[in-house]
Amino acid sequence: MNMQLQALDDFRSAAREWLEENCPPSMRTPMVQEEIAWGGRNAHYENPESKIWLERMAEKGWTCPTWPAEFGGGGLNKEEAIILNEELRRINARPALTSFGISMLGPVLLEYGSHEQKMEHLPKIVRAEIRWCQGYSEPGSGSDLASLKTKAELQGDHYIINGSKIWTSYADKADWIFCLVRTDFEVPKHSGISFILFDMASKGVSTKPIQLISGASPFCETFFDDVKAPVENLVGRLNDGWTIAKRLLQHERTMISSFGLASGQSDRGGTTSTVDSVEGVAMRYRGDTDKLSDPVLRDDIAQFKIDSTTFALTSQRSVEESAQGQGPNATSSMLKNYGCELNKRRSELLMRAIGSQGLGWEGEGFEEHELLVTREWLRSKANSIEGGTSEIQLNVIAKRVLGLPDILSMSKTKKK
Amino acid sequence: MAMVLNDDQQLLKESAKNFCRQNSPLSVLRRLRDEKDKIGFDKDIWNQMLELGWAGMAIPETYGGFDFGYGGLGIVLEESGRTLTSSPLISAILLGATAVNEIGSDEQKREILPKVVAGELIISLALDENISHAPNQITTSAKKDTNSFIINGEKTFVLDGHVADKFIVVARTAGETDNKQGISLFLVDANTAGVSITRTFMVDNRNSAKIKFEDVNVLSSALLGEVDKGFATLDYVLDIARIGLAAEMLGSTQEVFDRILEYLKQREQFGVLIGSFQGLQHRAANMYSEIELCKSVVRAALAGLDNKNADRVEIAELASIAKAKLSEVFFLVSNEGVQMHGGIGMTDEFDIGFFIKRARVAQQYLGDASFHRDRYASLKNF
Ligand SMILES: Cc1cc2nc3c(=O)[nH]c(=O)nc-3n(C[C@H](O)[C@H](O)[C@H](O)COP(=O)(O)OP(=O)(O)OC[C@H]3O[C@@H](n4cnc5c(N)ncnc54)[C@H](O)[C@@H]3O)c2cc1C
Repeated sequence: MNMQLQALDDFRSAAREWLEENCPPSMRTPMVQEEIAWGGRNAHYENPESKIWLERMAEKGWTCPTWPAEFGGGGLNKEEAIILNEELRRINARPALTSFGISMLGPVLLEYGSHEQKMEHLPKIVRAEIRWCQGYSEPGSGSDLASLKTKAELQGDHYIINGSKIWTSYADKADWIFCLVRTDFEVPKHSGISFILFDMASKGVSTKPIQLISGASPFCETFFDDVKAPVENLVGRLNDGWTIAKRLLQHERTMISSFGLASGQSDRGGTTSTVDSVEGVAMRYRGDTDKLSDPVLRDDIAQFKIDSTTFALTSQRSVEESAQGQGPNATSSMLKNYGCELNKRRSELLMRAIGSQGLGWEGEGFEEHELLVTREWLRSKANSIEGGTSEIQLNVIAKRVLGLPDILSMSKTKKK
Repeated sequence: MAMVLNDDQQLLKESAKNFCRQNSPLSVLRRLRDEKDKIGFDKDIWNQMLELGWAGMAIPETYGGFDFGYGGLGIVLEESGRTLTSSPLISAILLGATAVNEIGSDEQKREILPKVVAGELIISLALDENISHAPNQITTSAKKDTNSFIINGEKTFVLDGHVADKFIVVARTAGETDNKQGISLFLVDANTAGVSITRTFMVDNRNSAKIKFEDVNVLSSALLGEVDKGFATLDYVLDIARIGLAAEMLGSTQEVFDRILEYLKQREQFGVLIGSFQGLQHRAANMYSEIELCKSVVRAALAGLDNKNADRVEIAELASIAKAKLSEVFFLVSNEGVQMHGGIGMTDEFDIGFFIKRARVAQQYLGDASFHRDRYASLKNF
């Protein structure tokens, strides 16, 4: 065995031993919605073991295993990170920390942030001290994100921010926001956007929760009224925010695509019901013992499982390929789109699996887990909207991956 | 699981690709069809493929092969699928040689495999009897008679059956029609008395035959594997072939998609390239995604075959997943291939039609998508 392989083997045994000692028993059971650890100034832990688990993992930097140790991360290389992941899965460990800081902001700060910004913000993400939210969408700017109008004006050593955002997930619970603002109104829309960070406790920030069809209320309208943000909070160059914004979306899409993986844990609480297999549920509700008695449902579930297995192989292949190349690219749109559609299919199949027991809203006559199936089915519909709709992902694939021509630019050249 | 090709495999892929493009382009299949060629594949091209060592790719060195693994055979099949190469690669190598290699005695392997690898012997599996693949529904009978067996029955969809030198006949030696127990395999020379062969001209212009066995007498030494217990290993051989066929289908599917993309970037209507229409773009993006999934499952399944630690249930699952998925996606992409070319896609002069024809044959052979979904569900205990 060569030295490198030996070192990886040693890493695996050490990680396994450490996890055996440090992962509390209840953290080895399937995640439940209320116990997802989001961190932040006002973090609240339903289950005290969530807090212990988070603190131990953060201490080792393993909440962000591949981030450099100088910013509090685990400093692991890709191979080690894969091993750690395998070892975590082996004991069915819950994610110690779930946050937009880990999946979205951190990666772009590492790439585009100044040294000071990294030193300031990354360790707080690793240690779950600050919870972030994403200020992208506005009432008039959804899919056409680059048309956004929230304005930031320079005044001395501060920017003054005015405008509003919408669909801001957990804005009412977050400590800081990474926000897209317009800093130049005179230039084409993509060239006047900047990427800025500020404290949600700043004067002039207010939020108003919005309820989803599932009954949950995870996102908000967010208003900025003369909010002051210091100039040093601008990430990257002035008016160059779109580059960072797009990069962040690729990371976000890669994260959301994991909804399609049976073991995927979601950042926005999209799916937590990893409890059971769809076919297992379907058979139990029909009293079937060796074969699912509804042949059409059986065929649909088989097709779903074939697609999701193949999809999981594809995510794995993209990891293998990126271990040789760079980070996420336009294929993240493919993974995002497919993963989301799979997760929606899974929810629809679970609804069919439990029949009318999946049609309850609340109260007597339904088990808790049945009501959860219903709520999660409704919640899953957002998977193909959040992080850019499925139609937008297909546009990105068509243009960036397949190199198909853009109708908008074609008809523009026509008019001239 | 290694789904990224290693350097050797990458080299093989390049050389197979160049070979197929230059030496066996689609025009060869068209010519064979137009001339109603007696053999149905091009002997010169087949000889060149043999020289390149493609036939011995997955055969151990002891029996005249090159031990390059199923990963290698899969690469060659994928590339030959791109140009719809008609050759005995599937009948004689992927199925025939694999069956002998997996099931045969050492003596049978020594006798047969070197000849197959050298192209001196074409050996074909005579399995199907009905309109759809059902490997355990065997009515062809083999009755024991002191030192021999007497075979009676009819087989269909026997690949390259009209030019095969030998058949591996799947016959029932005991049990009811769809019983997995009681199935045995026999090596039967094509010129044995009582064997009659009818060539069937298939829609994909590849070769098949219907074969009748009437009181065909074979010696007990013609048994391949154990009597009555042939099904399990046969099914494993079929799984290998399903995975190899999926690799060929992957090549064809990618080729159709490449041709679609090229056309979308070249054909103008309404004063713009048709590739700028969102109604086509989204369908193209969906096909792209499906094909990415297909690549992963084919690579993973081939890697599974070369992994000495993989068990047969694992292989069976991978085979059914791969064949189900590729059957669906080749169907989708070959249909879109015609549709997105408009009128020209419907013409015989244009090549895209060859792909939709091949798709239907490849989809059904060794089990279509619903066969494999059903099988997968059973393997997964539901
Ligand atoms: C649960 C949830 C959480 C979210 N969290 C956040 C968050 O934390 N931060 C944040 O900033 N945003 C968040 N969003 C907002 C999300 O990013 C937007 O909803 C999304 O980008 C779509 O924008 P829209 O709602 O304005 O829809 P629109 O853009 O108005 O789209 C309406 C329909 O038109 C289609 N469409 C639009 N343009 C095209 C086109 N060019 N081609 C084809 N079809 C098109 C869309 O696909 C869609 O079907 C969240 C959304 C949801 C549902």
